[in-house]
Amino acid sequence: MIRRLTDGLPRRALALLLLFAVVMALAPFFVSDYVLSVLIISLYFAFVGQAWNLMLGFAGQLSLGHALFVGIGAYTSAALFTHFGIDPWVGVVAAVALSTLMGCIIGYLGFRFSIRGVYFALLTIAFAEFTGIMVDNSAWLGGSAGLFLPVKNAGSIDLLNLRGPPTLFYYLILILTGGALVLCRFLLNSKLGLYWQAIRDDQEAAEAAGVPLFRYKMIAVAISSALTGVAGVWYAFYYNNLFPESTFATGRSVELILGAVVGGVGTLFGPILGALILTPLGELLTALTSGLQIDGIKTFFWGFCVVAIVLFRPSGVWPWLAGLLKLDGRAR
Amino acid sequence: MLEVSGLDVFYGDAQALDGVSLTIEPGAIVAIVGANGAGKTSLIRTIAGMQKPASGHIRFKGTDIAGRPTYKVCNLGIGQVAEGRQIFPSMTVLENLETGAMLPRAREGKARNLDRVYRMFPRLAERRAQAAGTLSGGEQQMLAIGRCLMGAPELIMFDEPSLGLAPALVHEMLQSIVGLNREGITCVLVEQNVAVSLKLAKHAYVLENGRVTLSGSGDALLADDRVRQAYLGL
Repeated sequence: MIRRLTDGLPRRALALLLLFAVVMALAPFFVSDYVLSVLIISLYFAFVGQAWNLMLGFAGQLSLGHALFVGIGAYTSAALFTHFGIDPWVGVVAAVALSTLMGCIIGYLGFRFSIRGVYFALLTIAFAEFTGIMVDNSAWLGGSAGLFLPVKNAGSIDLLNLRGPPTLFYYLILILTGGALVLCRFLLNSKLGLYWQAIRDDQEAAEAAGVPLFRYKMIAVAISSALTGVAGVWYAFYYNNLFPESTFATGRSVELILGAVVGGVGTLFGPILGALILTPLGELLTALTSGLQIDGIKTFFWGFCVVAIVLFRPSGVWPWLAGLLKLDGRAR
Repeated sequence: MLEVSGLDVFYGDAQALDGVSLTIEPGAIVAIVGANGAGKTSLIRTIAGMQKPASGHIRFKGTDIAGRPTYKVCNLGIGQVAEGRQIFPSMTVLENLETGAMLPRAREGKARNLDRVYRMFPRLAERRAQAAGTLSGGEQQMLAIGRCLMGAPELIMFDEPSLGLAPALVHEMLQSIVGLNREGITCVLVEQNVAVSLKLAKHAYVLENGRVTLSGSGDALLADDRVRQAYLGL
């Protein structure tokens, strides 16, 4: 299986990837708390971006409501923890089950009734929005006042209840991101990957060639929403507070996918690279513009940078960079 | 091998097929001739399961397949080469071919079928690692046929296989269809090039406004005055 994963990858790519993994693994020993927090958020976006990319980049199904799956994962595990003291390792099972179920409901409605492209995207937005409203009105989930996880002394590490310093969350999200990368490479090289790409390239032709469209699109949504649900659990235990407005908003969904779009939709390393560009860029802009005292100037510049990247590297930064580094021509 | 009887197909209120019946003998090349909008593509799509008929039967080797989903129809051995070179442009030539071989019926013979496709179209072997979208029009049509063959079909429906090809390639394309037929694959041929397809066909049907208005051997239809006037401009 390892042979199969590395098959067709040039040695250089493998070496670079290994170097990147080592650098990331050692990073917490060398960087400041602030840089670490930026890396943590970057990896979070990389992980969710990878999960989202599986749906659009591999299988051609556009979701603009992925914040929904983060929210379901986050609220499920957080509610079980605060109300019943159920630890997140059990909570994640329930969280993944619920977010996958929600993904399958949306997928079923969309694919059974042939809602395609932007209309499918609207469906995903609608589900995210009304779930947000439902949470907003649920006292059990904290309503609009928010749901807070009990914080104990942050110095010690309690792995069972996921209470601990940022380094713990850094390694968790690093493992998740690495795992998602390996999983996606494996899936892409399997029958699933072939069928997904066929559907993405030309749905009619895929159907004519004997691809069971409904089944394979459903599998894509299920895996994507499951992974995103896991991200939600991590999110809840890292931030310790959840607000429906900031969790389920469409702006959140867009934020989640920008990294993947900038890095390169349909590529494996694009979501990781994109998140590692965009998040630090946002932080840098905050630092640079904080002296100017103009409301929204950071968001403005950030948007400007994103437009510039998309304009000059329309297929993403990663395919271009991979070409520069003389890696696999198709930048996988 | 394939028996269609009383097939009615509607798109909303518009009737695309009206009581179409036809028989396709095993090992034959059968041509379906008709003007644009006569229902040729609708007929192929309905047999392939991409369009549900309102009524009628489609029997393939004795079982009624009307209304079955396309992937099940494919797995019974009915392949199609759809109109307009429907290949997967971002995938490599080899990946395109492998996609065709994922049907349960075709998995076992995958290596053998790949070999056969490469022997038939050596260009595809040369370009196996290339993205299919970068192939020329003729090569894309070869790939579409090759992908269909990877599914080990017993019957292939060709929808306008020569559309948009250079004249020299048209001949080559039709020759490869004849070659496949000699290997025992039953072929249904929808062609705008009526004269050529009637010459190749053992039997042919003329479709007009969703109805079969004429049928007979290819030679007989070639000699028919109505066909000569309407489709051959003689």
